[in-house]
Amino acid sequence: MIFHPAIMALLVGSLLVTLMLLYSSYYGVQVIRKWDIKSGSELQLCLERKTYLVSTIMSYMLFFQLASFYLFIFTADAIHATFVSAMCAAGSLNVNEYGYPAVIIKMVNFLFAGTWLIINYADNRAYDYPLIKKKYLLLLVITPLMVAEFIVQGAYFIGLKANVITSCCGSLFSTDAEGIASEIAALPRLPMKIAFYLSTALTLASGMYFCFRSDWSGYVFSFLSIATFVVSVAAMISFISLYFYELPTHHCPFCILQKDYGFIGYLLYFALFGSAVSGLGTGALMPFRKIQSLSQIVPSIQRRLAFMALILYFLFTVVVTYRMIFSDFILEGY
Amino acid sequence: MIELSDIRKVFNSGKPNEFVAIDGITLSVERDKVLVLKGPSGSGKTTLLSVIGCMARPTSGRITLSGKEITSLPERFLTEIRRKSFGFVFQQFNLIKGITAMENVILPAYPTGEGFSVLKKRALSLLELFDLSERAFSKVEWLSGGEAQRVSIARALVNDPSVIIADEPTAHLDTKLSKDFMEIIGKLKVRRKTIIIASHDPIVYESAAVDRVLEMRDGRILSRATRQ
Amino acid sequence: MSRFNKQRNILDFTLSSLLRRRTKNSALVIVYTLIVFSLASVLFFTQAIKKEACIVLKNSPEIIVQRIVAGRHDLLPADYIDTIRAITGVQSAKGRLWGYYFEPAAGANYTLMVSEEPGVEVGRIVIGQGVSRTIHANRADIVPFRRYDGSYTSFEVSDILSSESELVSSDLVLISESDFREMMGIRGEYVTDAAVYAKNKRELFMIADKIKRILPDTRPITKDEILRTYEAIFDWRGGILLVILSGAVIAFVILAWDKASGLSSDERREIGILKGIGWETSDVIAMKFWEGAVISLSSFSLGIILAYIHVFFASSALFEPALKGWSVLYPEFRLVPHMDPLQIATLFFLTVVPYTVSTIVPSWRAATIDPDTVMRL
Repeated sequence: MIFHPAIMALLVGSLLVTLMLLYSSYYGVQVIRKWDIKSGSELQLCLERKTYLVSTIMSYMLFFQLASFYLFIFTADAIHATFVSAMCAAGSLNVNEYGYPAVIIKMVNFLFAGTWLIINYADNRAYDYPLIKKKYLLLLVITPLMVAEFIVQGAYFIGLKANVITSCCGSLFSTDAEGIASEIAALPRLPMKIAFYLSTALTLASGMYFCFRSDWSGYVFSFLSIATFVVSVAAMISFISLYFYELPTHHCPFCILQKDYGFIGYLLYFALFGSAVSGLGTGALMPFRKIQSLSQIVPSIQRRLAFMALILYFLFTVVVTYRMIFSDFILEGY
Repeated sequence: MIELSDIRKVFNSGKPNEFVAIDGITLSVERDKVLVLKGPSGSGKTTLLSVIGCMARPTSGRITLSGKEITSLPERFLTEIRRKSFGFVFQQFNLIKGITAMENVILPAYPTGEGFSVLKKRALSLLELFDLSERAFSKVEWLSGGEAQRVSIARALVNDPSVIIADEPTAHLDTKLSKDFMEIIGKLKVRRKTIIIASHDPIVYESAAVDRVLEMRDGRILSRATRQ
Repeated sequence: MSRFNKQRNILDFTLSSLLRRRTKNSALVIVYTLIVFSLASVLFFTQAIKKEACIVLKNSPEIIVQRIVAGRHDLLPADYIDTIRAITGVQSAKGRLWGYYFEPAAGANYTLMVSEEPGVEVGRIVIGQGVSRTIHANRADIVPFRRYDGSYTSFEVSDILSSESELVSSDLVLISESDFREMMGIRGEYVTDAAVYAKNKRELFMIADKIKRILPDTRPITKDEILRTYEAIFDWRGGILLVILSGAVIAFVILAWDKASGLSSDERREIGILKGIGWETSDVIAMKFWEGAVISLSSFSLGIILAYIHVFFASSALFEPALKGWSVLYPEFRLVPHMDPLQIATLFFLTVVPYTVSTIVPSWRAATIDPDTVMRL
């Protein structure tokens, strides 16, 4: 185990957040079983007060989740020198089999937490807490995922040993190695470009259509926005990163966060994750449009979310395309 | 305007110290009139005031405000209604020490999201109404009893509510100030405010401004005396 | 806009209420700042020293070859160097002569080194600042040394190394080759170890491998390995210190929780009034959030600024007794100021996050005070 201060900070933070979630889930179970908005009994009043606590905890949790995601990647990057031939976070994460799973779980939890907060926001605007039970059921799904994150992240850090030989992102993401990272890197570039622009265009189109018509097209938009998120991440590895590094072989998705590239990675990933959460939230609210107390509230929330997602996807595409057109690096002969 | 239908409020239900504060009250509060609830302490006046004023949810029964049912509204909405429609004057004035009279007056309006300068103007005009303009920027510890009471009334009016609720407002006042208070109540009635007062002070319930007096005991309403 | 105004109004009230309870809040802020200060000092110090060590290492040879006999470091035969030079990819290989010398009178250990550039004249030595201070030797002074066979010799101090390089040269004594061999009793066909430079950095691993195969009783150490070991050690040291300080952090968290839960009757009355006059639970929660944010922000910033000054301008004066320990030749040095977002984020997670978590439940409890308690005040 490596005693780097940042690692300890992450473990402490993760432990605290997990404990808070377990605490909230305990009350969540009570709410699911005993909630009755029409009752004026003391139990009901007590449960209503408790929902404020859970909301507060979840809001803090999302913020910490975002901060700890950033800290995790940054730490993996900072400790790369401890491992033979690791040049950036990609190498550090590859040291044992828990590194990349930890990243994936953190991403998933972030998306889930964001969605929960959106549902919570809608629920609080209605005068009879219509989504309360569904909301807490979702919480009961998120909690074990957070526990899993704590365990996987902990296993990753505890299993770190100095001087271990790992791979540099150059070989991890190289086109002729094995493993999923290189499968993505090796995807043929032109089809990937087409896929990326096509999915973005479809998402933008369906989003705008949804903003005007506000009907079941929301499902289509939500699905497309998640698909675009996945395609964009693959595109980052497959060809977008090449233009930022100006090297035809450097596919790493992490190096783009470093100072040498003007920290542009943060902007890009912020846009991607932001739009993914907004798109996901729009879809999550779709089933609740019919509920009477929400019928006025949900459509306006969805419109705002869809708009946010559109702006962020647009921003991402513009920055990436700008770089592709105006950089001195020529990949396909244009 | 406000309709209560078989309201019960029970504390610590199911436990050995279970206490029924209000035991089945049905009541209708008329607009722009002054209602006084009279009775000894423990009769449930204060609890009834808090139920009417959207401060507490009844254990059972129904309440409607201007035709809209508000019994099982979540706290968020109840508080918004209370803020917009009700103003409270408390027995102990309950001003916050360490800040000025003006700041005390605008405190109930902070959550409405109106700009500070707008609120300040409104507070100053209210304080002028009560002849407190010179004391607007004094800390409340330096105010006399009568001045503090007028500040608390000004505070109750800052969100321009349609109902004023006062709980034993004259308990700490001498005769002159008590009469002054009832005079203010009369003026507010003329400005079309509905007023509900809980008091066992004769100066209050025998005042000419009062339209209706209800006597309470043990969580129930005893007599219904009306006045012209 | 109204949402922004609402938060601004609440923040306004929060600031005024914090100022009204100055004594109670300043106690918390002081402790909070101290905690951030301690942790930040440890972090800044270890990171800065690590960076210095790495900068210093930049100029060291890519490979150092030592001879191992019975598991211990022994003298290296000079003709090994010719063998090494012959390996493809090696740009140059030089023998190094250095060793330790214990001076009983001062109780200090010097590092004796033969230096090519700057060259040292026979009969003279160049000493580091720490040596100079310990034995009170200045230029032109004569310093006695004891030879390997017990006989005495002496050298004239021709120069003193600059204080800028103190971190690495404090205990250094530079000497000429013949004087060194004579004093230590090392014959001409031996050197202490060899410094190897390679043409192509990528081939270092291979070259080290070859050296190990051709000369099996040697141990080649690459600069990379040293760097990695240094990183690991400094991270480990920093981490251990933080673990030790965790006791203080836990005590602080308990203090914060206690203060947040133990509402004075005054505070309780105030919140009751707010709830009574129309503030909602989430408004009071917002107020408590701003309270925590203001306290955290001030303590965090103050703690970091103080730690920065302490480590980079006061040379970590408070750590000196612990760091100095048994070392007589403790260097006086100024670390290069260095602060990066990772450190700030780490400090944030180790201080602000535990503080915030400890106040969530007490704040909520305070915020859910029933509005009708105001009627009974």
